Amino acid sequence: MFPKLPLDRWVEAFVDALESGLAPLFNFISFCVEGVVNGIADLFHWIPALVFIVLAAALAYFLGKWKFALFTAVGLLLIDNLGYWDHTVDTLALVLTAALISVVVGVPLGVWCAQSDKVRGALTPLLDFMQTMPAFVYLIPAVTFFGLGVVPGVIASVIFAVPPTIRLTNLGIRQVPGDLVEAADAFGSTRNQKLFKLQIPLAMPSIMAGINQTIMLSLSMVVIASMIGAQGIGADVYGAVTQIKTGQGFEAGLAIVVLAIVLDRMTQNMVKRKRRGSNG
Amino acid sequence: MAIIEVRQATKVFGPDPDSILRLLDEGWSKERIYREKHHTVGVNNVSFAVEPGEIFVIMGLSGSGKSTLVRMLNRLIEPTRGSIYVHGEDIVKMNKESLLRVRRKQIGMVFQKFALFPHRTVAENVEYGLEVQGVAKAERRAKALDALRLVGLADWANSMPSQLSGGMQQRVGLARALANDPDILLMDEAFSALDPLIRKEMQDELLELQEKMKKTIIFITHDLDEALRIGDRIALMKDGSVVQIGTPEEVMMNPANEYVERFVEDVDLSKVLTASSVMRRPETIGLDRGPRVALQLMRESGISNLFVVDRGRKLVGVITAEDASAAVREGRSLEDIVIRDVPVVTHDRLLYQLFDICSSARHPVAVVDDNERLIGVIVRGAVLGALAGHPVQAEEVRVDVS
Repeated sequence: MFPKLPLDRWVEAFVDALESGLAPLFNFISFCVEGVVNGIADLFHWIPALVFIVLAAALAYFLGKWKFALFTAVGLLLIDNLGYWDHTVDTLALVLTAALISVVVGVPLGVWCAQSDKVRGALTPLLDFMQTMPAFVYLIPAVTFFGLGVVPGVIASVIFAVPPTIRLTNLGIRQVPGDLVEAADAFGSTRNQKLFKLQIPLAMPSIMAGINQTIMLSLSMVVIASMIGAQGIGADVYGAVTQIKTGQGFEAGLAIVVLAIVLDRMTQNMVKRKRRGSNG
Repeated sequence: MAIIEVRQATKVFGPDPDSILRLLDEGWSKERIYREKHHTVGVNNVSFAVEPGEIFVIMGLSGSGKSTLVRMLNRLIEPTRGSIYVHGEDIVKMNKESLLRVRRKQIGMVFQKFALFPHRTVAENVEYGLEVQGVAKAERRAKALDALRLVGLADWANSMPSQLSGGMQQRVGLARALANDPDILLMDEAFSALDPLIRKEMQDELLELQEKMKKTIIFITHDLDEALRIGDRIALMKDGSVVQIGTPEEVMMNPANEYVERFVEDVDLSKVLTASSVMRRPETIGLDRGPRVALQLMRESGISNLFVVDRGRKLVGVITAEDASAAVREGRSLEDIVIRDVPVVTHDRLLYQLFDICSSARHPVAVVDDNERLIGVIVRGAVLGALAGHPVQAEEVRVDVS
């Protein structure tokens, strides 16, 4: 028999090397991510809860129907009433930051995948790996690189949540009909003109579906992220679990559900609006 | 000079196309290469030249390589080997910038399934080619509206393509190609997706536009009727090779091989052949000659009438042998016996338009060129003979003079 491969030690050595070698980079990323999360959180905290709820309901009405606006208002008022408003806003800031980073990283990567079969071939197994590896595992190197707190939570969420944006951007661009791409080429478009005037507009529903998935996945990470010190509603759930407080667990869980439904419907309706818009 | 010249262009699809070129040179067939080497020969050693202002039709069944060939003309598909000269420049050797310039300024393209951008209005579609060149918004909109006016769709400028019928969508496609004012239009099965009535209407409209614009048009089709209708010349393709190039009449009358022959056998010849293909050389005489000379000429060539022309070979009329011998007896001149009321057709008249004239005429029908000079005569029977597939031979239509 072969002796056991020292895979664990290899990985640790690799992570250690990364940590010592790229410390300035990680500090810089940490600084930026923290700035964004805190900026969003501060803004949301600064807005009074009732004003925030009215604004959210107005956006819901603008994107969807009055029923959705009503649900948004009632749901968010319930969260406020139960006393989870501040934590929910922290969680929202974390989720939005993770989604923002996912879009900034994921859409260009998706475009690159669509333009090169080699890139797609290299990236696809990596994405599979990122999505199937249990999310808890990311927490360990995330803590090593970024310490405790909200930043490793955001990073772990991004790693777990970015694949759908990359995949669906790639898919959306590849699904643009070949004769349209040919037409764009035949009239002398450069690669970027083709991308911005044709491929991205037509791939938009697919890209938005990816972003929707990404937001949902990062929301599903908030409880896990709370294990390494990310503040927010996830911490309430985690605390309820460790102390076996069923009632508190239910309340906090319900807040996450409301947040998830509101975010999901909003991003989905953005896609639908886009579709309606493109049909005149 | 030719505006487009293709020299020995070949396209092989597959992982190692260069290795296949050698096999092609050794004479391997397309099937054998596909079977044994798993490469597809799209276009095999094709050469032709297109003159400015010509409608050059490339015809073949699906899989014959015609779509690949037309895409090599603006390098949407890179030729594996060969040269393609557009305005004397080999576009195969061009760098990216020059190729963009050619695509933007010199070559417009119309697609089978219209390929309109669904997220843009009709006007935005038409101005796309100008937009990518960086033309200012107001100017490109004005040009787009001009192009839409040409195809009769100016009122639809702000509609979305999906609101238009197929025929209208393809007009937009045509306007989009015309908006850049290119010299060359590539039309890839442009009317194939339209139903037959609309297709015919679009063909007429294209011919009408072509009268005004004098573009060079490369038109791809699998429909022989369409090819014969609009083509100045036709290139017939099979298995990636060009089998025959010629005018519609040449292709009909002298099919290069069995393949072309099978292709053309069902065609309504009367709508393809023109008067010039069934006429024979006219026996003529000047008006200043005497009736005796006329009679002698008729006797020599064994015919019963003669066409009278002036010094410029312009048609004056016809004389019959009967009248001529009477004139000899009575001492009259040709001037007295010439029949000036002769049925006349121009050389490009199609046969089906000749049926009436020929059946009611008492004399052979005179064929004149664009300058009214006599270039031939059509005797009764020649039209039917041609439709039955017998090319006209002067000997067959001679009539003995008694």
